Amino acid sequence: MQDNHDNEAGSRRQFLKCMAWAGAGTLWLMKGGVLHAQPFGDGTPTPSAADASFSFAQISDSHIGFHKEPNMDVVGTLRVSVARINAQAARPDFLLHTGDLTHLSKPEEFDTLAGVMQESRTHKVFYVPGEHDVIGDNGAEFFRRFGERQHAGGWYSFDHRGVHFVGLINVLNLKAGGLGSLGAEQLAWLKKDLAGRSAETPLVVFAHMPLWPLYPPWGWGTDDSAEAMSYLRRFGSVSVLNGHIHQIQQKVEGTITFHTARSTAYPQPAPGVGPGPGPMKGVTAGTLHRYLGIRDVRHVQGRQALAVTEEVLP
Amino acid sequence: MKTIPCGSARLRALRRHIGALLVTGALCCIGVVSPAAMAANASAAKAISTQQVEIRNFAFVPATLTVPAGTRVVWTNRDEEPHVITSAGAQFASSKGMDTSDSYAVTFSRPGTYAYYCSIHPMMVGTVIVQ
Repeated sequence: MQDNHDNEAGSRRQFLKCMAWAGAGTLWLMKGGVLHAQPFGDGTPTPSAADASFSFAQISDSHIGFHKEPNMDVVGTLRVSVARINAQAARPDFLLHTGDLTHLSKPEEFDTLAGVMQESRTHKVFYVPGEHDVIGDNGAEFFRRFGERQHAGGWYSFDHRGVHFVGLINVLNLKAGGLGSLGAEQLAWLKKDLAGRSAETPLVVFAHMPLWPLYPPWGWGTDDSAEAMSYLRRFGSVSVLNGHIHQIQQKVEGTITFHTARSTAYPQPAPGVGPGPGPMKGVTAGTLHRYLGIRDVRHVQGRQALAVTEEVLP
Repeated sequence: MKTIPCGSARLRALRRHIGALLVTGALCCIGVVSPAAMAANASAAKAISTQQVEIRNFAFVPATLTVPAGTRVVWTNRDEEPHVITSAGAQFASSKGMDTSDSYAVTFSRPGTYAYYCSIHPMMVGTVIVQ
């Protein structure tokens, strides 16, 4: 691949080839409450995948409608992500899109996103909105198309093979000077949703914005995340997944592990590096793939503790 | 949500319109119309005083803007990221999602302090003080 880059840097075909090679996303492997993340390979089951009880793939921040440096073809990079998921020998049970499907919440952008996602052989996709998906209508169009319709506020939960999944909304009703927000109503629902569950139930909680104060000066956090964490803390294995910051950051806090995902569209700078959290423009087509990602999770039952490994794409 | 259609294209159209008015006024002066008509046109042009606020690197520049009543304030997005101008107290209509180079304008006719923020990046805050 390196040779190809050197000879044909900038060509769209090579660019997409590189994207494919990199695997524009993350595959999650759930192993007995042990959550492993790894990039998509060439479709050959890896030893770590063989003993997983199930897997799901996470993609994030596809920003359909963005057409500037460093990525003039965000549809193409999303399409490669879906193709990499399709190429997995062990098909993920479902996909997770952690928000910013679109850049400007336009109906045609949602149309394009939905069209590309239909190319996935994994038909079920769970979505949560990013702030880019709720512009102008507080998410009405997003929820009409992609909502799970469990509650008026858009949040939801479901159980899958012994793991409890919770999708939270933290991009609405944001207050001046604040960060992401869950709000009292959603927090009350979360408390109730978790109340009757055994502490041994593995939890996967996902939202668009980070549910920990990752870098508040750039808005990378959620004002009332601490209250949400207080409901999660009694559980033995909690994984919190989000997008929004277009890069991998991780944090472990007791039994709670936080992961941020890469974007399928463009990278953003490390916290506090540069004047603001806009797209990294100095990234060339030949190196863009190093910054994009998909996440895949496989779950293996039978272990007591939750551990997580994250592999950065080469 | 009601928005004020004051994008950059509309501003350009407005400028053309004002220019046409001035030209018309000048031609009229050459003709038979009294200088008073020209004065009226001049004051109409003066009434549309405009102040600019740039949105750059996820910040409003200047963050605080003090203007006389009747001033039209124009925000222009210089980021790759979209932004949404939103009044903190619903004192004026919100903009649509502003993509790169989009502008949004509000004319502030009444004195007061108008706090605003970006509804999708709420750490971005600004104030217009109208005197």
